[in-house]
Amino acid sequence: MNAITLTDLDISYGETQITHDINLSIAEGESFALVGESGSGKTTVLRAIAGLAPEWTGGISVLGQERSHGVDRQFARICQMVFQDPYGSLHPRKTVDASLGEPLAIHGIGDRANRIEAMLEAVGLDRRFRFRFPHQLSGGQRQRVAIARALMLEPKVLLLDEPTSALDVSVQAEILNLLKRLRREQNLTYLVVTHNLPVVSFLCDRLAVMRYGRIVEVADVAQLKSGQLANAYSRELYAASGGTLVQQIQD
Amino acid sequence: MSPPLLEVENLRVSFPSPQGRVEVVRGVSFSLGKERLGIVGESGSGKSMTGRAILKLIRSPGKVTADKLMFDGLDILAQSEKQMRAIRGARISMVMQDPKFSLNPVMTVGAQIAEALVTHTKLPRAEIKARVLSMLEAVRINDPERVAGLYPHEVSGGMGQRVMIAMMLIPEPDLLIADEPTSALDVSVQAQVLDIIDDLVTSKGMGLILISHDLNLVSRYCDRILVMNSGEVVESCVASELSNAQHPYTRGLLAAMPQMNETREELPVLDRSAWAGT
Repeated sequence: MNAITLTDLDISYGETQITHDINLSIAEGESFALVGESGSGKTTVLRAIAGLAPEWTGGISVLGQERSHGVDRQFARICQMVFQDPYGSLHPRKTVDASLGEPLAIHGIGDRANRIEAMLEAVGLDRRFRFRFPHQLSGGQRQRVAIARALMLEPKVLLLDEPTSALDVSVQAEILNLLKRLRREQNLTYLVVTHNLPVVSFLCDRLAVMRYGRIVEVADVAQLKSGQLANAYSRELYAASGGTLVQQIQD
Repeated sequence: MSPPLLEVENLRVSFPSPQGRVEVVRGVSFSLGKERLGIVGESGSGKSMTGRAILKLIRSPGKVTADKLMFDGLDILAQSEKQMRAIRGARISMVMQDPKFSLNPVMTVGAQIAEALVTHTKLPRAEIKARVLSMLEAVRINDPERVAGLYPHEVSGGMGQRVMIAMMLIPEPDLLIADEPTSALDVSVQAQVLDIIDDLVTSKGMGLILISHDLNLVSRYCDRILVMNSGEVVESCVASELSNAQHPYTRGLLAAMPQMNETREELPVLDRSAWAGT
C-alpha cells in the first residue's frame, strides 16, 4: 500500500492556481523529497496534504484513506506536519509540556505525563526542558520540540517543511541524525520539502523536482548522488548547489 | 605594498547584562587589503557584530573598543558621528541580510538607489538617473527603466537583494561589507547574486568582507577566511586551504555538512568540549 498517493492534484489560493496535475505515489517507509525554488509550489503540496490549503481538486490519499477537504481528526492521527521555522511554530505562551499535551487532549488519549516524557527522550531532550517556554530554548531544541509534537499521536506519515533551513550547520546535522533515527525506529514515511540537495542526499530515497507548480522530474537519490539528473532545470539546480568544495574533500 | 585598507587589532564588543558585561567579540584582529575576506561562524559567534563595529553601527549600551581600528589611514573610533556619516555608504558600505526588511517600503527602488548618490555627491539630476539605470543594469536587472519605478514589495527577493547591492555600490565605496547577503535567497539565485558582487568587487578593485555561515559559499568567493567561534577568531586560512583546516571547530563544521553524494549513515556532530579549553 502506498503511504501517500496524489492524483491530478490542482491546488489554488483564491483565484490563483498554484499547482498543476501533481501525480505522486510514495511507498510506505520511504523518504521522499520535493525540491525546487521558492514559489514552485512545494510547500503548498504539503499544506494541502495536511489540510491547511483546502482549495484543491484531484485526490489525496494517505495510507489508503482519502483525505476530505475539511478538518479530519482521523487523518491527524496518521499524518502530521513539522514546519520550517521553529521560532514561529511553537506557541510562545505555552510550555513544552502544554504544546506536547495538546494533541493528546484533543484526541482523548490518557497517560499524558508518561507519553510526554517518553517523547522528549526519543527526540533527545532532557526531562528538565518539559516545563520551559519556547523562548528559553535554542533553535535546535525548539525544532526537536516541534518534531516531538508532530510525533505525539504516533502518526505513520510525517510532512517536513524545510526542517533544518533555519538552523546552523552543526545543529542541522543533529536534527538530520534525529530524523533519520526516528524513521528507522518508528518506520515512518517522510515527505520532505527542501531546497538543499545535500540534505536530500543524506535523508531521502527519492526526490521530485518542482517548477512553476509542476513536477518536472522524479529521480532516485542515486541519480542525484552521481549527478545524472535528466531534466535541464534539475541539472541547473544541481549545478547551483553542487560542484562545491565539500565534494572535493575526501576525509 | 600599499598599507592595508582596513586594520583591526584586538576589537572587542560588549553588551551589558544582569550578570555584568558580556563580550560578544573578544579580541578580533585582522587586516584587509583590496581582497575578499570571508568571515564564517555559527549564530552568536560575533561575525555580524564584527562587521557592524567596523561601521560604528553598534549603539549604546553596546560598547566597542579596539587597540587599532584604522580604515585607509582614518581612525574609525575617533570619528564623530557626523564624520562617520560621510564614510558610511561613500567609503564603506554594507549589504544587509534581508531585502524585505532593509529597503524602504514607501520609496521606489530608483529613488532609493539615487538617494545614496545624492547624499554623497553633487551631480545633475539627469546624470544621477543615468547612473542609477546603468547600476541596475550592472546588477543584471533586465528592464532597469521599469524596475526603477517599482516599490520594494513589487520585486522578488532575489531582485530586492540586487537592488540593495546596486544601492551600496553606486557611490563606489572602497570596502563592501556583505552580511549574509544571500541567506534569504534560493540556491539558484544565491549563485547569481554572489557572482554579481564578485564581478563588481573585482572590476572596481574594492575590498570585500563576506560574512556568512556557509563555509562552502565563502570558500568559493573569498581569498581568505576567518573562522569565528564565540567571539574569537579560531582559524584564519587561505580559502583554497580550507579543506586542510586544523582547528577542531572548523573541521567539525566541515564534517557536519551533508554532501551531495552522501554515504555516511550518521553525520558527525560537533563535540563542543573538544575546543572549549583552547
